[in-house]
Amino acid sequence: SNPFEVKVNRQKFDILGRKTKNDVGLPGVSRSKAIKKRNQTLLKEYKEREKTNVFKDKRFGEYNTKITPEEKMIRRFTLERQQNYGKKNIYNLNEDEELTHYGQSLAEIEKLNDIVDSDSDTEERGTLSAELTASHFGGGGGLLRKKVSSEQQDEEEEKPKSRKELIEEMIAKSKQEKQERQTRRESALELTEKLDKDWKEIQTLIARKAPKSERKDKEVEKPKPDEYDMIVRELGFEMKAKPSERLKTEEELAKEEQARLQKLEADRLRRMRGIDEEANKKRPSHMSADDLADGFILDKDDRRLLSYKDGKINIENEEGGEEEEEGGEEEEEEGVEEDNENDEESQEESASENEEDNAADSHSDLESDLESEEEAAGNKEEKKHKANESESQNMEKLEPEREAAKSELPYTFAVPESYETFKSLLAGRTIEQQLIILERIQKCNHPSLAVGNKAKLEKLFGFLLEYIGELATLDLPELRTIDKLVLPLYNLCQMFPEAASDSIKFILRDAAHDLEEVIEVKGRATFPGLDTLIYLKIISLLFPTSDFWHPVVTPAFMYMSQLLTKCRITTLQDVIKGLFICCLFLEYVCLSRRFVPELINFLLGILHISLPKNQAQGYTVVHPFTPVGKNLELLLVCDKEDLKSWEKQNVPLSIVTRLKETSKTEINHTRLSCLALCFDLIKKCAALYESLPSFHEIMHPVRILLTQHVPVNDYPEKMQEWYHSALKELENKVKHYTPLICEKKKPVPLKQYTPKIVKVLEFGRKQAGSKKEQERKQLIQRHKRELKGAIREIRKDNQYLARMQLSEIMERDSARKRKVKELLGSLATQEGEWKAMKRKKWKN
Amino acid sequence: QLPTGLYKKVLVILHDSVLPYMNEPTLMMDFLTVAYGIGGAISLLALNGLFILIHQHNLEYPDFYKKLYNLLDPSIYHVKYRARFFHLTDLFLSSSHLPAYLVAAFIKRLSRLALTAPPEALLMIIPFICNLFRRHPACRVLVHRPGGPADMSEDPYVMEEEEPSESRALESSLWEIQSLQNHYHPDVAKAAAVLNQSLSEMEDDISGLLELSAYELFDKEVKKKAVDVPLEFEQVRGLFGKKNDIFAEHFSLD
Repeated sequence: SNPFEVKVNRQKFDILGRKTKNDVGLPGVSRSKAIKKRNQTLLKEYKEREKTNVFKDKRFGEYNTKITPEEKMIRRFTLERQQNYGKKNIYNLNEDEELTHYGQSLAEIEKLNDIVDSDSDTEERGTLSAELTASHFGGGGGLLRKKVSSEQQDEEEEKPKSRKELIEEMIAKSKQEKQERQTRRESALELTEKLDKDWKEIQTLIARKAPKSERKDKEVEKPKPDEYDMIVRELGFEMKAKPSERLKTEEELAKEEQARLQKLEADRLRRMRGIDEEANKKRPSHMSADDLADGFILDKDDRRLLSYKDGKINIENEEGGEEEEEGGEEEEEEGVEEDNENDEESQEESASENEEDNAADSHSDLESDLESEEEAAGNKEEKKHKANESESQNMEKLEPEREAAKSELPYTFAVPESYETFKSLLAGRTIEQQLIILERIQKCNHPSLAVGNKAKLEKLFGFLLEYIGELATLDLPELRTIDKLVLPLYNLCQMFPEAASDSIKFILRDAAHDLEEVIEVKGRATFPGLDTLIYLKIISLLFPTSDFWHPVVTPAFMYMSQLLTKCRITTLQDVIKGLFICCLFLEYVCLSRRFVPELINFLLGILHISLPKNQAQGYTVVHPFTPVGKNLELLLVCDKEDLKSWEKQNVPLSIVTRLKETSKTEINHTRLSCLALCFDLIKKCAALYESLPSFHEIMHPVRILLTQHVPVNDYPEKMQEWYHSALKELENKVKHYTPLICEKKKPVPLKQYTPKIVKVLEFGRKQAGSKKEQERKQLIQRHKRELKGAIREIRKDNQYLARMQLSEIMERDSARKRKVKELLGSLATQEGEWKAMKRKKWKN
Repeated sequence: QLPTGLYKKVLVILHDSVLPYMNEPTLMMDFLTVAYGIGGAISLLALNGLFILIHQHNLEYPDFYKKLYNLLDPSIYHVKYRARFFHLTDLFLSSSHLPAYLVAAFIKRLSRLALTAPPEALLMIIPFICNLFRRHPACRVLVHRPGGPADMSEDPYVMEEEEPSESRALESSLWEIQSLQNHYHPDVAKAAAVLNQSLSEMEDDISGLLELSAYELFDKEVKKKAVDVPLEFEQVRGLFGKKNDIFAEHFSLD
């Protein structure tokens, strides 16, 4: 460009590595560009500033996005037609208007229909005739050549061919060619049709599949697959099946399992110490236990099931399934009826068996008087109980029948929407059937199958919990059933930990709330029912109880602590419930070895009420036990006979709900069992807490009570064994105290005055600060730059406008000046003329 | 001379509805001293009136701290008037002129008794003890004894001694609080772990903790939102199906 227009920004110093953008500029060019742009935009606006006319787009549906373009076209067309309908041109005799297709008149297209359409031939697609290619793509070479040849022909034929003639000739040729091709195709079609006809005739004779190549050109209607074909195909598919992974050997499996457990255990330990909770949270992929549990296996199972259904091979399977689904309801009803029948039968049978059992028991009576006493005491209860047991035995005996019943259960279940429907689903079924139903519900509604299944199954967990609670509150708690139902509960919990924890927390909150209300109203509380105890036990099965903090376990701890400190102990049932909670506490802390003061207090209290009155010396019992008052000697057994005949027995949990009908001896035996349990718990506590620095202080009251007050010699031998093992565990711990020393504080470093040195990686860019800070700075800088630019632009706009206004004013003024001058001039001439006239007059 | 129920009722309202309106509050002196000597809950309640007499009416009470010391028994953490009692005890022990042996004896006794306390009381008493340490730096040997004997076979502190000066509390260490660091309640364990480090200068405010109830604690825990819920990885085999299940040994499912 013109060197006089170039402006160079000279730099004082050359700096290596610095790139400068603005060292050379073309001010004239850029200015004229800017002015031009303003002329196009700003000036227009300025000129139209007092005009209010608006451009209106009245095309039909131009901005309506809801109508498809085609529809829009049609509507517009109809509108056009409607508008033109009235205004007929009287001179137009040809009534029908021109028909168009894509804007081209059809008449013209018809005229041009003999144009060679290379795309239309389907058979020889892509192979254009040589002439055509020559004429279309040859760039006129063909024509030129033709010309040459025609020149050669010229000598033979005197008449030279013009260019037009040549083209005509070419067109005629290609037409001919095309016709030939069409006839060929038609004949081929005829031939194939004939062949097909023949084939059909033959086909009726030989019911065999034609080879593919023959059938390819025209698909005959599909023959129905017969059995042989299907078998062949099946075999073919089977051959294609991928080789499965090598089966792992037992050792490998064991090793894997061990590795998995080790990992989980390490995880648990970390949570137990509760140190790095924060770090844990930050870790993106937390290995939770549920990753490896049953949910996955279920998933796989389902997939296989699905693929089975999808495959063409298993048509029978699918049909069968459908049939079953169709007939499912009927069959279900039948099944229920049959079940009822079965139940009735089994009840009858059980009645007969019951008698047998009684007979057998009477035999055993002879063997030991102990059992006879029991028998005499709770005969009725026993009978009911036995009936129950024998029923289950019966069920076992009726194995094949049960199998049949099982097969009659419907295969698909919807997740029940309410607790009532859930209960009715399980009502009247045996444990095994209930389990199967639950399993099927889970499988049919696996979350991977449909969207809403997750919420449904989460609800199912709540229903199951409620059901378990109901079973536990029955007059005759069905603990065996609960024992089995824990398994599906565990599986569901592994699938939906959040929902499970929420529903259990809900139950806990309810229970605690009830407890608090009772305390407020009555001033003292009573132990909750068996269902709550079972829930607490289930918590220990579903969640890791050793965590430092756990959303479910920690509230459970608090609740149990309240139970042990607030609940008054008035009956033997209370003692058993209390001991059950003690067991729970011990189980909760058996891995983490955490200290539970309430546990020791309660055990001390239990020992206290097993003693005769007025012996509280050297130790103090705390709430809920009192050194004096009612409810003492609750566990005291004085009857020598009962003491002798006692044998350690497991305490049946159902005793919690009913005790009244048992004999005094039995009660005494239960008391002794409780005492033995208490001794055992003390022993376990001692083993658990021996590492605590103040172990001896903690166990001091218990030890005093055991050594000084418990009447060991009155106890039966077995009990003495329990007692001694507990005492031994208490006494043989070494007393060992080391003075405490605080952890040393980290010394605070002195302030230093050495300069901070920062590495400079790139010049001209600010380095300090983190990445975020840098980004922020960059943004601020960019904002500043943009702001400056905008201000400059606005200023220039204003200057431009001012310039325009000035030039306008100048123009206007000059025009006015000119006009005034003209007027004055004309007036002057007029005046001059007039004066001249006057002078003439005077002269004349 | 009064039935116990009435006695308690009188003592509960005495300090704020009776004493301020009496011309000669000192007349109640005998009544309160007798009540203080009875022991148990009545003594705890008499403490409040007595405090007003000592504080505003110049009552000289011999062996006041000794009696207070002997009031401490395991039940103080369980009784209804716990908040009131500890509020007063905090007042009595706030003086920085108390001898170190006395404060140490109180600390030792309180923490010994804390071994039987429920979590809501523990959450209150541990900051209480920390405050005592802050007021009486001489007692810090209880948690920090660098040059002491390496091994002891016995805790030097004598729990049964009625005289605080004879209890040898200053020779002992706070093993009880160390045991409580293993408490099952996470907050208690954290609070107890504070004593491992050197204490901050500021005193904790325990007025909010005095009235803490077990239900409030439970409610707080239940309302906490968890990010994720860890699960038990051991496969369930039944209600009592765990390894070494205590229940299977002692209970049957019948």
